[in-house]
Amino acid sequence: MDLKKYAPFIILGLLALLPLTGISTYMLHVLIIVIMWSVIGMAWNLLGGYCGQVSFGHAAFFGMGAYTAGLLYEKLGMSAWWGLPISVPVVTVFALVMGFIFLRLRGPFFALGTLAMGVILRITAENLTGFTGGDLGIMIRERTWVDKTWYFYIILILAAVTYYVIKKVVESKLGYYFVAIREDQDAAESLGIDTTLYKTIALCLSAVITGLAGAFYMNYMGYIDPKVVFALHDISVVTIMVVMVGGVATFSGPIIGALIMVLLAEVIRSIPKLGMAHHTFFGILLIVIIIFLPNGIAGDWPKLKKIFAKGKTA
Amino acid sequence: MTSPQLEVLLQTIIAGLLLGGLYALIGIGMTLIMGVMKIINLAHGELMMVAMYIAYVLYSSFHIDPYLSVFLAAPVLFLLGVLLQKYLITPVLRVDAIIPENQVILTVGIGMVLSNVAAIIFSSDYRSTPVDYSTKAWYLTDIWKGSPIELSLSMPWSVSFVFAVLITVALWFFLAKTDLGKSIRATAQDKDAATLMGVNVGFMRIVSFGLGSSLVGAAGCLFIPIYYLYPDLGGQFTLIAFVITILGGLGSTVGAIVGGLILGVFESLTATYIGMGWAPVGRFVIFVLALIFIPGGILSLFKRRR
Repeated sequence: MDLKKYAPFIILGLLALLPLTGISTYMLHVLIIVIMWSVIGMAWNLLGGYCGQVSFGHAAFFGMGAYTAGLLYEKLGMSAWWGLPISVPVVTVFALVMGFIFLRLRGPFFALGTLAMGVILRITAENLTGFTGGDLGIMIRERTWVDKTWYFYIILILAAVTYYVIKKVVESKLGYYFVAIREDQDAAESLGIDTTLYKTIALCLSAVITGLAGAFYMNYMGYIDPKVVFALHDISVVTIMVVMVGGVATFSGPIIGALIMVLLAEVIRSIPKLGMAHHTFFGILLIVIIIFLPNGIAGDWPKLKKIFAKGKTA
Repeated sequence: MTSPQLEVLLQTIIAGLLLGGLYALIGIGMTLIMGVMKIINLAHGELMMVAMYIAYVLYSSFHIDPYLSVFLAAPVLFLLGVLLQKYLITPVLRVDAIIPENQVILTVGIGMVLSNVAAIIFSSDYRSTPVDYSTKAWYLTDIWKGSPIELSLSMPWSVSFVFAVLITVALWFFLAKTDLGKSIRATAQDKDAATLMGVNVGFMRIVSFGLGSSLVGAAGCLFIPIYYLYPDLGGQFTLIAFVITILGGLGSTVGAIVGGLILGVFESLTATYIGMGWAPVGRFVIFVLALIFIPGGILSLFKRRR
């Protein structure tokens, strides 16, 4: 029991020591991407898994964070790292506006509203060529560090803080409100929970964390364009997949999911002929997971265990 | 308004109405699935893309006119819809999950697979069916010599529009007059009551998913003579279908027709007066405005007054 309680700290400690072991740059890169995706997954999980508001438009927040960082660099000549703190108010305001419009919608309609929002932002970024650079995107010409170690520590800290904040929120009264809204919005409302307020809180928190990951992405990759950061399939849907595969409404789910998804993507892309078909693999994986493990690997762990135990005895 | 300006405006509205007729067909397919199944089919545009590739292959290998391929693509899409519903969506409806929107996510997965498979088979190149009548048009001055303004009516657009109207009328007849159609409408209205009246709800769901797919498949075949085709085209049309259904009111066939026409005209106006690239944004502005001000759809405005 104790081991379970300390597991996050042990994992965090081991990860923090990893760059000292002389791990290859490529492995470090993959790890950074895994951690970044688990941050986005945790953010989505707060809104989708706990509060039950399935968003198909997290690319909107991700891209907004990335563009905040990129535009600060491009237009104001500031370091793109300022994007991390400054994206917080920008994304919050955006999430409030979005929440005002879309949170009155329920279930699938909220999902589609957010999906539309992601597409609107992509098209806007593509067309406002004077402001965003359009399809050419934004490129940071001088990188902060050539070495990836510091990027690794920054995203690791971001992930640790995200994990802590989300755990605290979910285990507080707020978290119970979220779950109540997910389970039955009318019942929650009749018990005196201001559902719109709490849904807005969940949305803003989720959006801000995703925006931070986006701002980090700008700094780390050094190049963004609308098709990359506002991508429907490669960002919004992969975000959902990270959580669905790992486990909806679990703390470890998004981390497991990010690990599986990123490694899978790397493996598929490294095989030359299969590289083009990676959406097919993702799509089939998504379909299989939804049909057989609807609560993800962490959520359906007891079920999985049973299947494996049966396999052994048989 | 001077006459050239008037000409542009009228021409834009005509183009918008013709586009709207096709949009309506896409929207009806979506609204039918939404009304009966209570789920949103996010693979709707991808199904249309599949039909367009069928028409493309028929044209490029056998020189079959895209308008004739409607009669082949629609049944194929019907079958595809039935299979998807039977083997993927129905099992998910039974699964107990934390997130209630599993079916919607499932359709996203289906759409991803379809568009990726199309990209693998046909590559991501833009395709079209260069039919010889594609640039033909009728001019107003040919009919009325002394007309003060000049308007033209593109032939493939008009033919597609007429086809769309015919299919819509046929569908209306099917839903309003036949037993099967009535059972589908009963399922959409009240699933439990329909079951009590002896309607096989599971069967109706399969039929309406197939029907919705074949409608959007027909729309795809009507689109290909006037549009170009690429594997990722589906997502855009899924959103169009969704905007139309919101605009027209959920599950309402008449609403989908009205919504389709409004969206067509609006998009045409944005493309002419603001710029081609902004037409999709105009689409979503309508969507957001509809959500805020008329959540029940256009038709609810008239109902309230009564």
